[in-house]
Amino acid sequence: MNAHGTAHKYGDHVDTDVIIPARYLNTQSHAELAAHCMEDIDRDFHTKNRPGDIMVAGLNFGCGSSREHAPIAIKAAGVSCVIAKNFARIFYRNAINIGMPILECPAASEGIGDGDEVSVDFDTGVITNITKNETYQAEPFPPFIREMIAKGGLMASLRAKEARA
Amino acid sequence: MGMTMTQKILARHAGLDSVRPGQLIQARLDLVLGNDITTPVAINEFEAAGFDRVFDKGKIALVMDHFAPNKDIKAATQCKQCRAFARRFDIDHYYDVGQMGIEHALLPERGLVAPGEAVIGADSHTCTYGALGAFSTGVGSTDMGAAMAAGETWFKVPSAIRVNLTGKLQPHVSGKDVILTLIGRIGVDGARYQSLEFTGPGVRELTIYDRLTISNMAIEAGAKNGIFPVDDITRAYVAGRVDRPWEAVEADGDAEYERTVEIDLDQVDCTVAWPHLPENARSAREGKDIAIDQIVIGSCTNGQLPDMAAAAEILKGRRLAPGVRGIVIPATQSVYRECMHLGYTDVFLDAGCIVSTPTCGPCLGGYMGILAAGERCVSTTNRNFVGRMGHVDSEVYLASPAVAAASGIAGHIAHPEEVLK
Repeated sequence: MNAHGTAHKYGDHVDTDVIIPARYLNTQSHAELAAHCMEDIDRDFHTKNRPGDIMVAGLNFGCGSSREHAPIAIKAAGVSCVIAKNFARIFYRNAINIGMPILECPAASEGIGDGDEVSVDFDTGVITNITKNETYQAEPFPPFIREMIAKGGLMASLRAKEARA
Repeated sequence: MGMTMTQKILARHAGLDSVRPGQLIQARLDLVLGNDITTPVAINEFEAAGFDRVFDKGKIALVMDHFAPNKDIKAATQCKQCRAFARRFDIDHYYDVGQMGIEHALLPERGLVAPGEAVIGADSHTCTYGALGAFSTGVGSTDMGAAMAAGETWFKVPSAIRVNLTGKLQPHVSGKDVILTLIGRIGVDGARYQSLEFTGPGVRELTIYDRLTISNMAIEAGAKNGIFPVDDITRAYVAGRVDRPWEAVEADGDAEYERTVEIDLDQVDCTVAWPHLPENARSAREGKDIAIDQIVIGSCTNGQLPDMAAAAEILKGRRLAPGVRGIVIPATQSVYRECMHLGYTDVFLDAGCIVSTPTCGPCLGGYMGILAAGERCVSTTNRNFVGRMGHVDSEVYLASPAVAAASGIAGHIAHPEEVLK
């Protein structure tokens, strides 16, 4: 599984309130959540983001509220991967559970600039900055997490397992 | 190697003699919590997975508090979905308008959490119950949905930071000032993935409500949980509330902590977290130049009766400064009723405040006190992120009920001493 797209760069402590403001938590519609993703820190995100693009951030991405709407909004916006120095723990767990690929990689977080063209190999954890001709090594997810993400999240992978049994 | 309180509780719930930090375990749960925002997403997952039973209808709590009483049609639809689910599975602890309160004030009040228990909730402030010596942590809706079916979930066993408390609190200083001071020292990711374990002789100087406020905001330091030892103060609180057997868990004498943070309670002053992170902690005395438009006194952090008492003590016989709007939100129906019986409601109304039915409302920018561009609020809530209470160009200053009340009277951020003299 791979990702390839343009990087949108953010700083440290991007909280779930700016990823998806609570005023939109009266809906569970993925499309509606996606339409408001990041709007409180990046008004242009919705127009500049293309399917497959990659979000790059600093420390503690996804801190704050436990709202699963945050990774849902990012995934539904078409983002193919979030790369950060590290993630807040509830967001990390939620992202995996809903099948949103995320990688921890301080070197990539430092090296990738806003607008860089980036590709990610989830099997090896290798992140390539095509614009700058650099590569960064992230710890790849173990196979069971990769499979969970590929199947679309925890519940979907449980259903798939049950169907096989 | 000895275990921390958290590690011991997790080991017991995993059926293991011992656990070590980093170990992945499957643990039995004593309670699974959700609210009107997170539960609908959990129900969708639960139903899509094809589950047709819950693990224990007595061990699930659903609290309609965030956008309830329904703020709009969409919020009403989400509450309706939760209500139908609660009826379908005959959930014992379903709290709707009329019975509900803010979840993390309501659950301890109703005795739904006891020392030594393990709780998850689809709300990040589920860590509140560490005040009672329970392990509790926030999760997302998918975890909640799976746990409602399975009654268990997986955890990575956390390492711990010991917070050693000494001394005693000075007048007007409360648990809120202690936790804001701690977050100011270690940062919003200072305890990321770790437990905050509070110890030391200062613990007995803190009321159970101080502890609830401190544990509540453990997440604002990135912590998985924040936990207090069980003592006579804990026992007095749970007596008459919890009617099932429970067993307190103590940390081993040789438990390992990654580091120790010392806090001398005597040195903690009234503290305010400036926008836009809870770690921006400064003395309330530094806020004289910060003119404000609104105060909010309430929330899962500071909506308990002693919080109302602290605010009433300062507001009694005084009025809000011209142009300041005061919003007081007792966290539960019983706190609301006590405010009336004790005369606090009159104090608030006489001061020019409004008193709302329990709701999370303004804390997360839902409703009941949204800020316009350029407006500033001193709030007893827990987050001051960009846009948290409204417009992205508004500002939230986090403080205790005493500081919020004093600031409302002064018209700027104020230490209680400033208005009481």
